[in-house]
Amino acid sequence: MATLTGIAASSGVAIAKAYTLETPDLSYETKKVDDVDTEVNRLHNALTVSKSELEKIKENARLSLGDEHAEIFSAHLLVLSDPELITPMEDKIKNDNVNAEKALDDVASMFIDMFKGMDNEYMRERAADIQDVTKRVMAHLLQVTFPDPALIDEEVVIIAEDLTPSDTAQLNKQFVKGFTTNIGGRTSHSAIMARSLEIPAVVGTKTVTEDVSEGDIVVVDGMDGKVVINPTEDELATYKQKQADFEKQKEIWAQLKDEPTISKDGEHVELVANIGTPDDVVGVLNNGGEGVGLYRTEFLYMGNSDFPTEDQQFEAYSSVLKQMGDKPVVVRTLDIGGDKELSYLDLPKEMNPFLGFRAIRLCLERDDIFRTQLRALLRASVHGNLKIMFPMIATLDEFRAAKAMLLEEKDNLKAQGVEVSDEIEVGIMVEIPATAVIARQFAKEVDFFSIGTNDLIQYTLAADRMNEQVSYLYQPYHPAILNLVNNVIEAAHAEGKWAGMCGEMAGDSIAIPILLGLGLDEFSMSATSILPARTQIKDLSKEELRSYKDDLLSMSTADEVEAFIREKTNQ
Amino acid sequence: MAAEKTITITDSTGVHARPATVLVNKAGNFASDVTVEYNGKSVNLKSIMGVMSLGIPKDAEIKIVAEGADEDEAINAIYSTVKETGLGE
Repeated sequence: MATLTGIAASSGVAIAKAYTLETPDLSYETKKVDDVDTEVNRLHNALTVSKSELEKIKENARLSLGDEHAEIFSAHLLVLSDPELITPMEDKIKNDNVNAEKALDDVASMFIDMFKGMDNEYMRERAADIQDVTKRVMAHLLQVTFPDPALIDEEVVIIAEDLTPSDTAQLNKQFVKGFTTNIGGRTSHSAIMARSLEIPAVVGTKTVTEDVSEGDIVVVDGMDGKVVINPTEDELATYKQKQADFEKQKEIWAQLKDEPTISKDGEHVELVANIGTPDDVVGVLNNGGEGVGLYRTEFLYMGNSDFPTEDQQFEAYSSVLKQMGDKPVVVRTLDIGGDKELSYLDLPKEMNPFLGFRAIRLCLERDDIFRTQLRALLRASVHGNLKIMFPMIATLDEFRAAKAMLLEEKDNLKAQGVEVSDEIEVGIMVEIPATAVIARQFAKEVDFFSIGTNDLIQYTLAADRMNEQVSYLYQPYHPAILNLVNNVIEAAHAEGKWAGMCGEMAGDSIAIPILLGLGLDEFSMSATSILPARTQIKDLSKEELRSYKDDLLSMSTADEVEAFIREKTNQ
Repeated sequence: MAAEKTITITDSTGVHARPATVLVNKAGNFASDVTVEYNGKSVNLKSIMGVMSLGIPKDAEIKIVAEGADEDEAINAIYSTVKETGLGE
C-alpha cells in the first residue's frame, strides 16, 4: 500500500489491475544448436503467435480508428510471412547451427540496415516498421511479454513512462479504465487524449512505473491527482464511494445536456469542445457541446507513414461537419513542427522548437502541404458550418498570405465546378503575445479570434510548459495574461467580431468567472468539462462579474486574482 | 514460357507501403513464381521487403513476370489490381 501524487489529468476514479506498458529486455545469448528442426519450429511458432496478435491489433485499429489506420498492420503482417525474410533465417539456423534468436536478429538487422541506407526518407522510416515486428517475434522467442495496448482484453489501469498519441489511440475504453504515467502535465498529449476518451488519468507521478508491479491493484483518482497502489479495505471503500459520487454528479450534469448555456442574469455564451478526430464528435454531442471550438487536424498527419491525401482529409472534415449538423466547427489548420514531428517530413533539429519553424510558418513555406489541406476543407465546407483558423499567427502579413492562398484555392475549385460554401469565417488563433497586443489591427481583417492560452501563457511568461523546473511560471491567472485576453476581447467587439478561447483555461472553474466578466463569447474545452462549466455558469451573474473587471486587471499577482475570485464565487 | 507485362507507375508517391501490400497479397494467391523487375533488379513479388527495397518511384517502368501453372491468370489479376488501385497502367 502506497500513495503517489501526480497531476490530475482527467476526471473520474478508476480501480483495476495494473498493466505495465513498456518494452521488455530483448537481449539474448547466441547458442549452438544441434537439433536444427526443433529450432526452425520454434521460429515458426513465434512467427505464428506474432501474426495472430497483429491480426487482433489490426482489427482493433480498424474498429476504433478506421480502415486507413489499420492498413499499416497489413504491411506488418506481410513482413512476417515474407519468404525473403523467413528463408534466410531458416538457412541460418540449418547451416550455422545457431539459435532462432540469433538468426532472427542477423537477418532482420541486415534488412533494417539496408532500408536505413536508402536515399529516400520514406524508405528509411520503413526500417522502424521491420524493427517493430521483429521485436514482437523476439519477445515470443524469449517468452517475455510484449505489452500492447490494443491487445488488452480485461479491465486494467495502464502504467507507463509516457503514452504517445498512437498508444492512446489504440486504447480500448471498454477495458482500459484509467492510466497513470511518470511524466507529462495537464496539457501533454496523453492528458488531452485521456479527457477526450473520458478515462481517469494521473500523469507526472515520476515513479509509478517503479512503484507498481504487474498485477497490483491500482486506484487512479483523476480529481485529486492521487494514485493508490494496493489500497487497504478502507481506502478501497472510500474510492468506490468517490467513484459512485462522480457517476451521480455526471448524471446531474447530464440534465443540462440539451440546454443552452445561460448565466444567472440571462446572458448566453457558447460552450464548445476541442477534438482531435471525427470519432471525438460522439463525446461532444453526448456532453452537450454547442459546437467544436478547436478541431486539431494534426492527428490526421501523425501516426501515419505519409501525408494524408486531399480525399482522406476531405472524408475526415466532412464527417465532423455532417455529424455536427448546423453547429459551428472551427478547424485549426496544420500545427506541426517544433515539438510535434512527422516521421515522413524531414525537418532540421532546432534549439528552440517552440520558437521555431512550425504551424503557419511551415505551412506558408511548404504551401504544397497547406494547399492540399485548404482544398480538402473548402470541399468539405458545403457539409456543415465550417470556420477556418490559422495557428501561430505573429504578423498581419502571415494572416494575409494564408488567407490569400485560401481564396486562390477557392477560386480554383469554383472554376472546376466544385461547390464551396461562401459563408466560411476565417480567423486566427491568438497565442503569440505580439498578436494579442495589436489585436485591434487584426480585428479589422479577421472574422474571429480564438485565444490559445497554453501557448500564450508560455510565451508571455517565457516558461517552457514541458519543463517542470519552471512550471511555477505557468500562471493562467497572471494579470499579464488577463490584460492580453481582455485586449483581444475588446478588439473583437469593437469591430463586431467574436472572441473565443480554446486553451485549457477556458474550462477552468476559477478562469470561467473571470472570462465571463471580460465578455468572452465562446469557451472551447475538453468535452467532459462542458457540463460542469454549464452548471457553474448557470449560477454566475455576468453583470456582477463585469463590475470586477477593472479591479482584476490592475491586480499585481496571480495569487491575488485567484483569492479574489474564490471569495466572490464561494469556491 | 513465362507470362509478363510491362507497367508504368502513375501513382504520385510510387510503390509505397500501401500499394506494395496489395500487390504482394495478390501475388501470394498464385502458385507461379512471380517477380518484378525495375532498374535492372529483379525481386520476388511475394516479398513485401523485396518490393519495397526497389524503391519504385512515379513514372517508373516495371516488368512483372510470372512463371508456373497459373502464370497467365496471375499476370492478368495483378495487372487489373494495378489499374483498379490507380497505381499504374
